[in-house]
Amino acid sequence: MNINTTKIISLLFFVFSAFYLYLAYQIQVFTFDENAPFNARTFPIYLGYAGLFFSGLKFILPDPNTIKVEHKSLEYKKTGILILIAIIYGATILKVGYFLSTSLFLFASYYFLGERRWILMFLLSFPFVAAFMYLLHGILDIYLRDPFLQLIGVMG
Amino acid sequence: MIEGILIGLTTALTLQNILMVMVGCFFGTIIGMLPGLGPMTAIALMIPITYGFEPATGLILMAGVYYGAVFGGSTSSILLNAPGVPGTVATSFDGYPMAQQGKAGKALAIAAWSSFAGGTLSAIYLLFMAPSLSKVSLSFRSPDYFALMILGLTAIAAFSSKGQFLKAMMMVVLGLMLASVGQDSLSDITRYTFNNMNLTDGISFVLVVMATFAMSEALTIILKRNDPTTAAKQVSLTELGSIKINKEERTKMYKTIPRSSVIGFLIGVLPGAGATIASFLAYGMERNVVSDQEKEKFGKGSVNGLSAPETANNAACSGSFVPMLTLGIPGSGTTAVMLGALLGFGVQPGPRLYMTNPEIFWSIIMSMYIGMVILLILNLPLIPYIARILAVPKNYLIPLILFFSVTGIYVMSFNNFDIYLMIGIAVVATFLRLYDFPMPPLILAFVLGGLMEENLRRSLLLSNGSWEFLWDRTLTACILATTILIVVWHVYKTFKKKN
Repeated sequence: MNINTTKIISLLFFVFSAFYLYLAYQIQVFTFDENAPFNARTFPIYLGYAGLFFSGLKFILPDPNTIKVEHKSLEYKKTGILILIAIIYGATILKVGYFLSTSLFLFASYYFLGERRWILMFLLSFPFVAAFMYLLHGILDIYLRDPFLQLIGVMG
Repeated sequence: MIEGILIGLTTALTLQNILMVMVGCFFGTIIGMLPGLGPMTAIALMIPITYGFEPATGLILMAGVYYGAVFGGSTSSILLNAPGVPGTVATSFDGYPMAQQGKAGKALAIAAWSSFAGGTLSAIYLLFMAPSLSKVSLSFRSPDYFALMILGLTAIAAFSSKGQFLKAMMMVVLGLMLASVGQDSLSDITRYTFNNMNLTDGISFVLVVMATFAMSEALTIILKRNDPTTAAKQVSLTELGSIKINKEERTKMYKTIPRSSVIGFLIGVLPGAGATIASFLAYGMERNVVSDQEKEKFGKGSVNGLSAPETANNAACSGSFVPMLTLGIPGSGTTAVMLGALLGFGVQPGPRLYMTNPEIFWSIIMSMYIGMVILLILNLPLIPYIARILAVPKNYLIPLILFFSVTGIYVMSFNNFDIYLMIGIAVVATFLRLYDFPMPPLILAFVLGGLMEENLRRSLLLSNGSWEFLWDRTLTACILATTILIVVWHVYKTFKKKN
């Protein structure tokens, strides 16, 4: 059997389904529900078996439509940096506040993607986020926690 | 009935009510374009305002917001591949590729005209068939719903990706698995939460759709060094925003719209089914009925592939009013919010609504149509300007897509965990997309997961654990037979092509 990446993904999905199925059997149900025709673990059990079935079939059957990915041509570095910036954004959004963290996230993303027009980068981050925040917070009345703006007295 | 229509027209065509429809359509479109804020949120935001008006006026405003938000959702689906609501996911399958080819204005115009036509036809169906259809919708029971969902999932797996049925079925199972995270709806027992409080309520739809569509699309573009604005750069801004639909395209739409509107309306009438199943089924059916040459274009910017789900989701929106107005059963989450508003006005929906408040019943139906006309008049001239989003350079567009995705999640949950989870799912989805694992089946399965478990639970409990419920009722058996036929037909065609 020719092992390609699709088959490896199928194998990983098979293992994942087996783990899902194991956890499905571990779901605690009420004693009176234990032998009921349907309880909280019934559907996950069926899903676990379905996952095993389809991924098993995909692994065993020949794959005529093999997908070949040229890894050398892929831009892993930029993608990784962008994901890292998004994670930092997620980590700071509550502590620093929506306005500053979002503006900095946008500014940093523009920079890492190769943009160097500083004025445009600034306009499409700080004022843009301020306007968007006004739409959400001021007009649509969706509360956005912002310790930074509270600190400088812009938000009550 | 003629008298009722006249009452409805008299109520709906007052200056105040027309103004309300216009305001509703405008705000609905803006709110619908923001990820995470779909029609349900838009209507909920309007409820406090509507209590200052007469019931008919308030409901007219809400109907305008509803249609506006649905159209707004389609716009973000087509331009950014960021469907904010489940009903517009299928729109992005062909709308986004068409926009990527520098035909953003055309894609939006096809969506607008299809929505309008779907809405118009369904308003006509609603006018004539509302009372009798309410009886039909009541005849659907849990086994039928369960079978219908199996049909929807199988159809999307069979038609979503050429020769990739097993991959699509794996994605269906993954979607259902993601939907099973959180509290069990009946017993409140938590499943797959790993004692994390943030997972107790399950994973939100917006999170999954933003991660698998918008965010993973943005990451894929960077990873593959693609430029989504290449086509837009090659054409002028006028051409990019052009809303002209040529004769050939119109001919395709003439055939697609009637059949998709019927599917959309009928599915919309079923309580709980709604625009999502309607749009996916219409897409699947359209792919099945078109010529082999046209079939090849699906997923690459097909006119039929864009027109079908757009027609069906708008038709389903009208259809979902049938059970709400005639039986008091909301057909979707959005109509559930509207039902709450109706009760707030002191109006009790049900079979007696015709008799007790005919002006409300008929003015809602008439204002829905007027709302669609106004939506078209308001939005068509704006399309050339909206389409220019795609002329924004990649270095700005990608961060903005990521920003809208994260904001969409943040305004819903206000915690970091959901943002991390979204990034995690987006990374996995990007990897899977590299190897041609289709995402639409995962999304549909995720949307239907809860409903499917509910209906399976009821069916199994009623049949005392026996699976005979699958063939006990003729309707269930027919739906299942259709499912089997689709699988057999798909396998047959695959083998035929290989040989």
